[in-house]
Amino acid sequence: MILEVSQLAAGYGRIPILSGVTFEVAEGEFVGVLGHNGMGKTTLMRALMGYLPATAGRVAFAGADMTRAEPYLRARAGMGYVPQGREIFPGLSVLDNLRMGAVARSAPEGPAIEAALAEFPRLKRLMGRPGGALSGGEQQLLALARCLVGRPKLILLDEPTEGIQPSIIDEMVETLLRLRERGGLTMILVEQNLEFIAALSQRVLIIQKGAIVRTARPDELHDHGLIHEFIGVDD
Amino acid sequence: MDLVALLAIQVLYAIASLALISVGLAIIFGMMKVINLAHGEFLMLGGYAAIEANRYGINIWIAMLVVAPLVVGAIGAIVERTIIRWLYGRMIDTMLATWGLSLFLVGLTTAVFGNTTVGLSAPLGSFEIGSYRVSAYTLFVIAVAFVTLGGVLAMLRFTRLGLVARGAMQNANMAAALGVNPNRVYSVTFAAGAALTGLAGGVLAPVSGVFPTIGVAYVAKSFITVIGGGAAIVTGTATASALFGAVNQLATYATTPVFGEVALLAAAIVLIRLLPQGITGRFFRRSL
Repeated sequence: MILEVSQLAAGYGRIPILSGVTFEVAEGEFVGVLGHNGMGKTTLMRALMGYLPATAGRVAFAGADMTRAEPYLRARAGMGYVPQGREIFPGLSVLDNLRMGAVARSAPEGPAIEAALAEFPRLKRLMGRPGGALSGGEQQLLALARCLVGRPKLILLDEPTEGIQPSIIDEMVETLLRLRERGGLTMILVEQNLEFIAALSQRVLIIQKGAIVRTARPDELHDHGLIHEFIGVDD
Repeated sequence: MDLVALLAIQVLYAIASLALISVGLAIIFGMMKVINLAHGEFLMLGGYAAIEANRYGINIWIAMLVVAPLVVGAIGAIVERTIIRWLYGRMIDTMLATWGLSLFLVGLTTAVFGNTTVGLSAPLGSFEIGSYRVSAYTLFVIAVAFVTLGGVLAMLRFTRLGLVARGAMQNANMAAALGVNPNRVYSVTFAAGAALTGLAGGVLAPVSGVFPTIGVAYVAKSFITVIGGGAAIVTGTATASALFGAVNQLATYATTPVFGEVALLAAAIVLIRLLPQGITGRFFRRSL
């Protein structure tokens, strides 16, 4: 298992959000996380990346205990994070955003950037533009490409389709499927877009009130009853 | 014609000295949003470091250009590690802490060096422009300011360290998710800003002399320049220094040094009123 999460609890200040979260992710697996708004999906991602301290439990990545590790140490160990809202560097050019993905880890810069651009060719014509001047969809592609430049073993991808035009969502699905089939990359994907999560995930964790309450197969996401009960939207 | 050349040199010197005393503050404030009220005392320490190093036999150029920035950079690193690091994002607390540090440094240097002015002899002679004599050291200060601003610009634009610093200052959390250790970036940035301030203190020591409270004379002008320049560290410092230095020197020439200072402050008030985000908040917005 590349990621082992055991009885993880975390929250904001004294407000507990996650409690007793336990799951494992195998190397090369794409796992979705679904749940109502406010059930702790983004909190889970932030806790896995180390932005929120674990108040209980354990997080192990690639065999190493990461429970108390700072975010930058998790990143250096091979965890990549594409947060909700993208958080590209608005004042840096597209090229410099991509370079940030490489320089922080002392990875070879040129080949890693070229490889990421090969996955997202739309970015090639935007290299000199400031990140803040891109559309939301372009920023999302940039955030994904920047993450890939760091050659992560695991990507935590939080709500990538939020506010993004359908053509770019299709482009993301194609690229992520290609990466999944190529192997060597593991992903945890938080989404509300059922089609997107069903297309990419091999297993879906359903989160309710800060705990994983069920594991579903992607084809089960067409079950209206299950969707209504655990996610609160119709597909 | 000679007078015009002399006046041009004096204006350039005023611009250069403003840029020199401000660039370290611009880095610390512009990149870290830390209001360092001990900035003037860092300048003062740079002056003392150069003077003391020279007194102990170190070549004056090395004392000014190497020892002063190294000593103040090291002090900056210690200050960041022991005081500033615990106060990031708490602007008022940072101001109070650095104000206290400023008082401490003034008291400490008064106890050690006494409340008298000490100085260095300017290491260069003078040259003539017509019937006027000009200190060659004036040209040296101008050159140091240009090289310093150019060096900072090159470092920010062309080096990995500069890229990481710019990224971390825009979004420290995201930079951390890419493997950047934000504390290390803050520490290096603060120490670099302090080192450049020490360099300014060392280079200006032969011109102004040094005494424990000399920081007061520097700090207001530095803050005015940094605020007037806006968010872009190098372009902001350069343009605000150019504006305020020119106003100050031309008004001094036309009237007296006191009115020169008043004109500088008036120009700053007008500028901030017209451009609340500073010069680079309106112009040169994509510059560094």
